[in-house]
Amino acid sequence: MSTVLLPPRHYLNDGYGVRSWLLTRDHKRIALLYLAGVTFFFFIGGAMAVLIRLELATPPGDLVTDETYNKLFTMHGVMMVFFFLIPVIPSVLGNFLVPIMIGAKDLAFPKINLLSWYIYVVGGLFTLYALISGGLDTGWTFYTPFSTVASTTNVIPAALGIFITGFSSILTGLNFIVTIHRMRAPGMTWFRMPLFLWSTYATSLINVLGTPVIAITILLVAAERVFHFGFFNPAVGGDPVLFQHLFWFYSHPAVYIMVLPAMGVVSELVAAGCRKPVFGYSFVAFASLAIAVLGFLVWGHHMFVAGESVYSALIFSILSFLVAIPSAVKVFNWTATMYQGAVSWETPMLYAYGFIGLFTIGGLTGLFLAAIGVDVHVTDTYFIIAHFHYIMVGGTIMGYLGGLHYWWPKMSGRLYNEGLAKLSAGIIFIGFNLTFFPQFVVGYLGMPRRYHAYPPEFQVLNVLSSAGASILGVGYLIPMVYLMWSLRYGRLAGSNPWGAVGLEWTTSSPPPTENFTETPRVTWDAYEYPASVETDVA
Amino acid sequence: MLPEAAHHHPAGLAHQFDNLEQQKEAATLGMWAFLTTEILFFGGLFMVYTVYRSSYPDAFAAASHELVVWAGTVNTAVLITSSLTMALAVHAAQLGQRRLLIVFLLLTMALGCVFLGIKAFEYYTEFVERHIPGLNYDFEPKYFRNAQLFFSLYFLMTGLHALHMIIGLGIMAFMLWWSVRGVITAEYYIPIEISGLYWHFVDIVWIFLFPLLYLIGRHAH
Amino acid sequence: MPPLFPERASTIAARVDALYFFLLAIAIFFGLLIAGLIVYYAVKFHRRSPSAVGARIHGGMVLEVTWTVVPLLITMVIFVWGASVYFAMAHPPDETLNIYVVGKQWMWKFQHLDGQREINELHVPVGRAVKLITTSEDVIHDFFVPAFRVKADVLPGRYVTIWFQPTRPGRYHLFCAEYCGTRHSGMIGEVVVMEPNEYETWLSGGAAEGSLASAGAKLFQDLACNTCHRPDAQGRGPMLEGLFGKTVTLQSGETVTVDEAYVRESILTPSAKITAGFQPIMPTFQGLVTEEQLLALIEYVKSLQAQPQVTAK
Repeated sequence: MSTVLLPPRHYLNDGYGVRSWLLTRDHKRIALLYLAGVTFFFFIGGAMAVLIRLELATPPGDLVTDETYNKLFTMHGVMMVFFFLIPVIPSVLGNFLVPIMIGAKDLAFPKINLLSWYIYVVGGLFTLYALISGGLDTGWTFYTPFSTVASTTNVIPAALGIFITGFSSILTGLNFIVTIHRMRAPGMTWFRMPLFLWSTYATSLINVLGTPVIAITILLVAAERVFHFGFFNPAVGGDPVLFQHLFWFYSHPAVYIMVLPAMGVVSELVAAGCRKPVFGYSFVAFASLAIAVLGFLVWGHHMFVAGESVYSALIFSILSFLVAIPSAVKVFNWTATMYQGAVSWETPMLYAYGFIGLFTIGGLTGLFLAAIGVDVHVTDTYFIIAHFHYIMVGGTIMGYLGGLHYWWPKMSGRLYNEGLAKLSAGIIFIGFNLTFFPQFVVGYLGMPRRYHAYPPEFQVLNVLSSAGASILGVGYLIPMVYLMWSLRYGRLAGSNPWGAVGLEWTTSSPPPTENFTETPRVTWDAYEYPASVETDVA
Repeated sequence: MLPEAAHHHPAGLAHQFDNLEQQKEAATLGMWAFLTTEILFFGGLFMVYTVYRSSYPDAFAAASHELVVWAGTVNTAVLITSSLTMALAVHAAQLGQRRLLIVFLLLTMALGCVFLGIKAFEYYTEFVERHIPGLNYDFEPKYFRNAQLFFSLYFLMTGLHALHMIIGLGIMAFMLWWSVRGVITAEYYIPIEISGLYWHFVDIVWIFLFPLLYLIGRHAH
Repeated sequence: MPPLFPERASTIAARVDALYFFLLAIAIFFGLLIAGLIVYYAVKFHRRSPSAVGARIHGGMVLEVTWTVVPLLITMVIFVWGASVYFAMAHPPDETLNIYVVGKQWMWKFQHLDGQREINELHVPVGRAVKLITTSEDVIHDFFVPAFRVKADVLPGRYVTIWFQPTRPGRYHLFCAEYCGTRHSGMIGEVVVMEPNEYETWLSGGAAEGSLASAGAKLFQDLACNTCHRPDAQGRGPMLEGLFGKTVTLQSGETVTVDEAYVRESILTPSAKITAGFQPIMPTFQGLVTEEQLLALIEYVKSLQAQPQVTAK
């Protein structure tokens, strides 16, 4: 093992002033700006989740008023979906890694990249304003006519916030698409790219094609409220269900915006954790594209009980089953990758195990919802809540945390405390399951979602869930501590602490401002491991 | 890529690119991707329009009949002409003919302003005739309810289109400034070309809006 | 011990549960398979030395095809099964006990044909198919009875029908399952399933104002509908006797079936679909009649169809 030193020049010591951060065009610094933003919104949204679970610990609505409760779950959803889950992996890990993984100096449009972050911040400020000035009670789904004619809360600032933030997603997606098409280093062919890039690319396609539709939909809601125009109002012949079609045309693919990048991260974690190529590379790659395409064709399964015709329900049902197949293919391929691997038990791999397990449960319970006969009973109950939290928290957040722990040494140049990291991974896994598994049961029992008070026979399961949430909360706080601590006191990581392959591990940790001292030439496939590897941890 | 590329740094080449060719390809692809986004943005509106028009064809035809059709027709001609002057501007930029480029950019902007002026006149007419939902709306009782859907869509669709025109004028003003300062050269004309893509796109949106909003069911009346 | 599984009190509930258990079995099988393999591989192939590298396996076509096709086949089985259950839910039998439901923030209002009105409580007899014709006065609500495994959004401006056949007497939760504003979780009630004779007793108990159709008839007079819609086919508007359920030709040449939605539309937006041979002279009743009054009028129009049969007896 060689002695590890920090590189003399890297992106973090290339200027220290506020301006060097707020006016930076370096994709790595912008990634860290996003890291600050999404972490902020994660803890705000998380604080609301804590209050929700506290309220639900007892059947009557006794902690907060019904009005406050409705605002809590609405703001929890808005913050988590639009300001955390959708941007988190593309904007933090994607921004940091896309140029490095393809051997480029930066994204194709660095100024637009910085602009995306400012758009995100402005959108966030509008939403925070909606929160501080009294909140919003429409649910994150903004269903009409409640959102346009009935609600008396701050719909417009929140809608504007979401509208504005949408452009941040669009511009980020556009930047990634162009970068992956045009900026690859010599020799970096499409099928030599790490799978994270395939899933980021698929995600970007959804961002560019889907986000404008939610933007216009939200704009219609705002126009109906502000100008008293008629779009969805039954009083002028408008159809409130048309809103749902438009909303889910984006918001179902948005689920894949959230989970596809996590799938990409897990492919990287599994390959590095097993030190072997991902089983069935091209199947995993094309599965990402298949999910992106099919994901646009299944929105109607959110409306099986919303007056949808029998035949369109059947079509949306069968398409929803089809979109499950590429996800299943990915799970099988990751599992098969472990076979005869040099399987690690380090923190990133623990998160990958967690992701695969929880995503499998999330995916399998998705079959219950695609089967219309069962969906009718479980839709709009806690079964749905449990299902999508398994995908978004069990999937996306597990993938994100795994990726953050995997690339943290690259981003910061330092190693975190492995023992604490393993401990918190375990706490998160246990807390997560305790929070959300009982919700499947209480959902099938019939407890509707968005209920401030509920019949007493549901209490035991709700108490379990609330107990789990408090464990989960602790699990999320621990990484904040040891990751911050590592920035100053962590051991130096060296360029390749995991003994992994991939261009990001060939440059120093932290990387220099333009990522590589000279443009790499790629002559090998992704995940091509030598006969033995050397890690250069100090 | 090549070692000499690092030393010979052409004007307008951003640091992340190896050469102007790569930069041009990236910029063009980026604009196309952005226009795809725009298509979906307006596509959502077109879908809402299609749904309600098929639900209430008579009310939509009656409401459409109230629009100032000659103004829409003139505006269509104005925009098509502005697309021509824009194309000529791009051509002039490619050939490095700075004076011609400036003339055509000015013409394009002038036509854009004419369009917005006529649009403003139309909005005023609609205001006078009490066609603005939520403000002073009134309509023949038979179609009173459903014609509101048409007018709401009319104002939102043409309003968003006009906003795109205004943004386009801003871009053109910027291009004009660059052209006057000599930033645009025969070697580095990408900004004019991709601005032109945007301008043509905004025109094409109008080419769809005009028949849908002004001409539907006209044969029936 | 709190309940872990919902009561089963309708004919469809058993069918939903059967599919649910099948899905559960599949989920448990694949869940354990994946979890088991992960744990097994993680232990068996645990990295022994820091420099160890995994085997160079790139993939296998047979496996890829297998784990694409097998899940595909399984999901298609679930699809067909789920669709057949859904078909049964979507198609009520011919003979049903009809009840009108109006949702509003934040209560359920029920109108029985015999005239009884209830709020947040619905009495039905055991063993008979019940069809609810629902609408909302304001925002979207959702009628959900877990013990029956039925749920449907109750939409403003539209009539959505829901049907179920209770199999066990008892009191069952009724929830609003679509978020509808501040007191959403207070928009709850009970469905009371009674033995047929008890139900008859209950039914004859409280009807003060006569049947729903007769309330509609009175309204028909009060709103002066009868000046144009006359039973002798001489009026300025179409004759309504025997009209419900028939297909009529419109001015535009299209045809439309006279159902609840068409009667509703004809009262609120008369000019939208004019019957061939009539002038568009009817004024709109938008804002003049409530959703409940609309339902009474519809029931009256329906009853006009039934009249000849009654007199034949």
